Amino acid sequence: MLVLLLVAVFPLVYLILVSFQGITMMDNSADFVGFINYQAILEDTRLWQALWHTVVFLVIALPLELLLGLLMAQLFLEKLPGRQIMIGLLVLPVVISPIVAGTIWSLMFDNRYGPINQVLGWMVGHEMPLLWTIKPELVYPAILVAEVWQWTPFMFLLLLAALSNVDKSQLEAASIDGAGYWRIFFRIVLPSIWPVMAIALLIRMLDLFRLFDVVWTLTQGGPGTMTETISIFTYSQGFKQFETSYTAAVALMIVVFLSVVLMWALKRVGLSR
Amino acid sequence: MNKSPLTYRLRQHLRLVVAVAVTLVFLFPVYWLAMNSFKTADEIYSSPPVWWPASLQLNNYLVLFKDGDAVSVWNSLVVSTVSTVLAMSLGTLCAYSLARFKTGGDHLSNWIISQRMMPPIAVVFPIFLLYVFLGWVDTYIGMILLYTAFNLPYVIWMMRGYIQDIPRSLEEAALVDGCTHWEVFWKVVIPMCKGGLFATAIFTFIFAWNEFLFALVLTRTEAVTYTVQVTHYLGGQSNFWTKIAAMSVLGTLPVFIAVVFMQRYLVRGMSLGAVKG
Repeated sequence: MLVLLLVAVFPLVYLILVSFQGITMMDNSADFVGFINYQAILEDTRLWQALWHTVVFLVIALPLELLLGLLMAQLFLEKLPGRQIMIGLLVLPVVISPIVAGTIWSLMFDNRYGPINQVLGWMVGHEMPLLWTIKPELVYPAILVAEVWQWTPFMFLLLLAALSNVDKSQLEAASIDGAGYWRIFFRIVLPSIWPVMAIALLIRMLDLFRLFDVVWTLTQGGPGTMTETISIFTYSQGFKQFETSYTAAVALMIVVFLSVVLMWALKRVGLSR
Repeated sequence: MNKSPLTYRLRQHLRLVVAVAVTLVFLFPVYWLAMNSFKTADEIYSSPPVWWPASLQLNNYLVLFKDGDAVSVWNSLVVSTVSTVLAMSLGTLCAYSLARFKTGGDHLSNWIISQRMMPPIAVVFPIFLLYVFLGWVDTYIGMILLYTAFNLPYVIWMMRGYIQDIPRSLEEAALVDGCTHWEVFWKVVIPMCKGGLFATAIFTFIFAWNEFLFALVLTRTEAVTYTVQVTHYLGGQSNFWTKIAAMSVLGTLPVFIAVVFMQRYLVRGMSLGAVKG
């Protein structure tokens, strides 16, 4: 327990300390500068853009993963030949390292040697040398495809488990009483899978908020800073620009923000029974 | 549901077709990666792309071993294995105390799991500065301790759930029969949650194995893990696809094997214990 406390508390205390100092690559002095770094956060448009990019990824990927996962779970809910094998295979993307997922998709999206442009070429009838990881209007779809590919099976597995725990006799009773499909779904199925769904959403939301690996392998945050997420921004501030104190301030803001979100969310979803 | 048998059978067939199609769509990228690792450079750098290599040659893998780059897979293995063992032993003890002696109550448990959910980017920075100070950057010990600490909340959380599932009366009986708490832990609790222990260990291993951001910041050459090594081959327009594919497959193999062995606990492990398998 003590180790855990130490590991959790040390970075925090250190972050708070450094964030009030004025350490940069040029200037190693440990003088306290007050709230200058926090003021800089407010004025840093690149930071707010990174936050915006993160939010865009979040609000597009999360509903997509949920919806596709739910549809797939419905598809695999009843008996099907080879069902177990297919479910087993579908797990694969989830456990693959996000870095490998990124490399897989950069192979897939490669403008000359990748199969995606080839298949698109077949469909339109002429060659389609699309620069998926470079063109500004194509990078977001590319990253989102990789992200959704990797994590839809996660939603699928959890929702499948939740759906198979829904009380069958209730469904039959409702159906005999003449309730339609959607009515049954919203009145019986959804409430009973909600606890699991909420936790799945929470886990994915927090993961998406720290999105780093897939974007890093596909675009490194580029072109320019177009796909820079909050994690990539913080990384480049700390380890490329060496804005030590400023990075500390940013990191601290992330911790504070997420702590608030988590305290609220954990109470609501009731993960600890 | 009074549908005629014919439409029912038709629907079942349709479902099967869609299900197989979905599975294939999700698997195709993995196939593409694996297949590329067997291609020769000429086959990879050919447009239009080749969908099936002429022969399953292993040259791409041999190059990795010859260049010594495969050592990064070994580094990953050492760091992940040792940190998993450490996190499991510490974590299970903590979990037992949380589950049975109500150490800290619900608040402590909630705090522990929220530690797990903190983004690595928020803590990697002070840890980096600390490691520079201690001289731990790019060392096994640094990475092992970091991953141990990073995975500890998960282990505690999961094992607490598994231990709570064990009927308390069993332990009480053992206590009445004269066992010490320590003996109860070893002879009753551990055997009773062996499956959960095993599954949690595998998850812990996978988290450490797949981790990238910490490794990117804290390793250089000596302790570089395979995820970081893969990204070294990415270079804008001139990616070393042969090496990328081979290294990625090497890195995916262990998780693939691990998952095959723990199907039963998969959902519970992934949902942080929210769904009991």
